[in-house]
Amino acid sequence: MEYVDLLNCMRCGMCLPHCPTYKETFLETASPRGRVALVRKIQDGDLEVNERTLEYLTLCLDCQACATACPCGVNAGELVAEFKCEEKGKGGLSFMEDLILRKLVPHPERLENAMVPLRLYQRSGLQTLVRSLGILKMFPPALGRMEGLLPRLPAKPLRKSLLEVTPAVGEEKGTVGFFLGCVMSLIFSEASHATVQLLSGLGYKVVTPKAQKCCGAPNMLGSDLKGLRDLATYNVDLFGGYDLEFIVTDCGGCGAELKKYGHHLPGNSRAEGFSAKVRDISEILALHADDLKKKLKPLHRIVTWHDACHIAHCQGIRQQPRTLMDLIPGLDFREMNDADACCGSAGTYNVARPEMSDRILERKVSSILATGAEYLVTANPGCLLQLKKALSETSPKVKVVHLTELLSESIKG
Amino acid sequence: MEPSFIKELQNIVGKEHTLTDRESLAVYGYDATPELESKPGIVLLPGNAEEMARIMTLCYGNGVPLTPRGSGTNLSGGSIAASGGVVMQTSRLNRILEIDQENLTATVEPGVITSTLHRAVEAIGLFYPPDPGSMNISTMGGNVAENAGGLRGLKYGVTADYVMGLSTILPQGDLLVSGGKAVKDVAGYNLTQLLISSEGTLGIFSQITVKLVPKPRTKKTMLVHFPVLEQAALTVSAIIAARIIPATLEFLDKVTIKCVEDYAHVGLPLDVDAVLLIEVDGHPTVVEEEAAGVREICERHGCSFFQTAATPQEALKLATARRVALSSLARLKPTTILEDATVPRSCIAPMLKFIQDTAKRYDLTIGTFGHAGDGNLHPTCLTDERDHDEIRRAHLAFSDIFDKAIELGGTITGEHGVGIAKKPYLPRLVGEAGLRVMRGIKGAFDPKGVLNPGKIF
Ligand SMILES: Cc1cc2nc3c(=O)[nH]c(=O)nc-3n(C[C@H](O)[C@H](O)[C@H](O)COP(=O)(O)OP(=O)(O)OC[C@H]3O[C@@H](n4cnc5c(N)ncnc54)[C@H](O)[C@@H]3O)c2cc1C
Ligand code: SF4
Ligand code: SF4
Repeated sequence: MEYVDLLNCMRCGMCLPHCPTYKETFLETASPRGRVALVRKIQDGDLEVNERTLEYLTLCLDCQACATACPCGVNAGELVAEFKCEEKGKGGLSFMEDLILRKLVPHPERLENAMVPLRLYQRSGLQTLVRSLGILKMFPPALGRMEGLLPRLPAKPLRKSLLEVTPAVGEEKGTVGFFLGCVMSLIFSEASHATVQLLSGLGYKVVTPKAQKCCGAPNMLGSDLKGLRDLATYNVDLFGGYDLEFIVTDCGGCGAELKKYGHHLPGNSRAEGFSAKVRDISEILALHADDLKKKLKPLHRIVTWHDACHIAHCQGIRQQPRTLMDLIPGLDFREMNDADACCGSAGTYNVARPEMSDRILERKVSSILATGAEYLVTANPGCLLQLKKALSETSPKVKVVHLTELLSESIKG
Repeated sequence: MEPSFIKELQNIVGKEHTLTDRESLAVYGYDATPELESKPGIVLLPGNAEEMARIMTLCYGNGVPLTPRGSGTNLSGGSIAASGGVVMQTSRLNRILEIDQENLTATVEPGVITSTLHRAVEAIGLFYPPDPGSMNISTMGGNVAENAGGLRGLKYGVTADYVMGLSTILPQGDLLVSGGKAVKDVAGYNLTQLLISSEGTLGIFSQITVKLVPKPRTKKTMLVHFPVLEQAALTVSAIIAARIIPATLEFLDKVTIKCVEDYAHVGLPLDVDAVLLIEVDGHPTVVEEEAAGVREICERHGCSFFQTAATPQEALKLATARRVALSSLARLKPTTILEDATVPRSCIAPMLKFIQDTAKRYDLTIGTFGHAGDGNLHPTCLTDERDHDEIRRAHLAFSDIFDKAIELGGTITGEHGVGIAKKPYLPRLVGEAGLRVMRGIKGAFDPKGVLNPGKIF
């Protein structure tokens, strides 16, 4: 973070109506303009880092809606996140953070093993029992929220079952690498499976390096810059070993992080090259809209699209998913109000700041319901988790699906 | 501030809506005005008019300064607590109370966002024309207090032309109801108009009734390139002299064009001196006729390119380019000092030339854009607050620009207000007599000088 980035904020307030936390509170401390000012005043020595400044800064979702809105090129969300990282760098990680961010996240097999008891817990029927007895009320609220968020887990993480190389169907157009997000692999494996099928169906040979590790986004959330850089370096080297046209992901959060490897590893030209190849799945599919269109069969459904922050604000992708849905015959697409407003999931925000997360989520849910949609479509696992849970409670008729699941449903007809 | 006084205030609005921590106060010290900052002693977010009146009464009784605040986007320091005390933010009073389709009026609370009102009335075929560049966040209370203009000012006028009635909490806490839905009203002094552009120094608006008009049937948006600045300026005067009154007649100079294009990518040309954004609206046949007239005049004045937006989306994109002009300029340098000098329309060309010469004389980068049709220009100096010498030169340059505007029969501020930022220049414009009357008015409303002190004069 450079000091001049803070000076660049001219305090025009154009970002305020786009900031979810400002919309809920009307407080300057909960606005992008106020957050930039807080960080600047800390740098100037007018304020210090204390419980309250951190309280205000951690209320930021890092959704980056402010960056999209700011005509001066200020990214308040990112400035706050980087500031938190720098502060963290001074203090070091707590025991739990070290355990999760350094010992668990970077090791897919450990992460997968950690999920085994959960899977057993769900399959054994224990979950139903626990829920009905309200045992969770005895645990810290954060744990309860986490438990509630989990949908039914797949029998096996996708990383285990997916072939390292999935051949192209028909004439081969090229080779792409597939970056399989941790949550996608562990929880939404069906969607990622559909992604790989779509790519190979369009003539791509898909390489999914088994040894890939987490993109590092959790480390950024945990303000662990070192952990993030280690993972970035590792993945850059690993994917660098293959000859790939693109590196594709169907996880908005991974995509946003992977595209920033160049920024995170300054001076590392391979990291820049890596980032330049990263594409969200919707970007690739939109390139082949004509071919894809031929495969799609009518699907008579009312759908609406939620612009995940990591896709719309962080990667600037808005048109492609809409273009793709537009290809499906019979689909009744209805734009919701403020489609690019955060759903309140924001990484671990829904667990860390439940009260604000719920308020933001409530707004989102009413925008979704107002469209009368039968399907809510999005492309980021955090949003999928958050919205699945919320909608299953309020309106179980609305199905929450990943974009690639919707497309593959249309292909199957 | 006395703890007992804080306690009393807190009892009125509730703990959740009372801010006293150092961190909060620090970020309520600014608004969109560069270089100005002053921390309040407490920030309150009342939830209704009654709470506002109780706060006002308490402040007046204790002689504690009170500064009203909407979204803090004004550009003259109007919502900065110059002498500390209470800042009262109106954002929670954000209900549209009524849209009266028989009388064509809307009544709103002061914290309603301007564009929220636009959407609500346009949904039923009505129109509230004032549209400041900040309309997506500015509040109606702030608009009335600053008499905000906008891009549609040329044809439709400014906020003052739409305010029909106000409920105003006076400094002693009593309520003044002025004007109303009746289109004619000559009962005594026109207090409604006096309160408009009072910059939060005479009273606090708790309800605002505005006039609505039918939504124009259609509109045409045009973007015109001019290789030479003066051609653009002369075109503006020529269009008006030809008795065509476009809704919008906006101007962007070269520096501004580049910055806007960098941000908004709307395909603005980078090799011309100026562009005009012109919008005509109304009955379809009139719109066709006026658009043709505009085109003819532009071509006669040597425009190099004339573009008519083909779709509403394209039109919106072009209008957005103008709306983000100020903030886009701010990308170039850390500090942006924007002025608001306004001259009679016929004097646009000499004023623009003077601004350019002044920038050269003081070795400054000044981008100019603005509501050319209103003679309202925004010369914007791009600088760095850490460069003290350049800041000094910028202020000298603006002082010259103000003198020139006055000399041409214009004013030091067309729509941003005097606030703190333009205080030193007001005497040049209104003279001793003007100041004496203004002070007298302030004294009649607020003998103790409690409401938004330190502003205007
Ligand atoms: C990018 C940008 C573009 C802009 N474009 C324009 C433009 O095109 N035209 C234009 O005219 N202005 C423009 N402005 C200036 C500004 O947006 C307007 O002055 C606007 O009216 C301020 O509204 P606000 O809610 O932010 O009020 P604030 O800035 O919070 O307050 C403005 C003044 O109003 C007083 N006030 C607020 N609420 C009340 C109330 N309820 N009762 C009494 N007094 C009150 C305050 O004390 C203060 O003096 C622009 C500003 C920016 C940053
Ligand atoms: S972050 Fe950008 S949009 Fe927000 S106040 Fe600062 S300059 Fe304006
Ligand atoms: S990142 Fe999101 S929550 Fe944070 S300041 Fe920006 S808009 Fe607000």
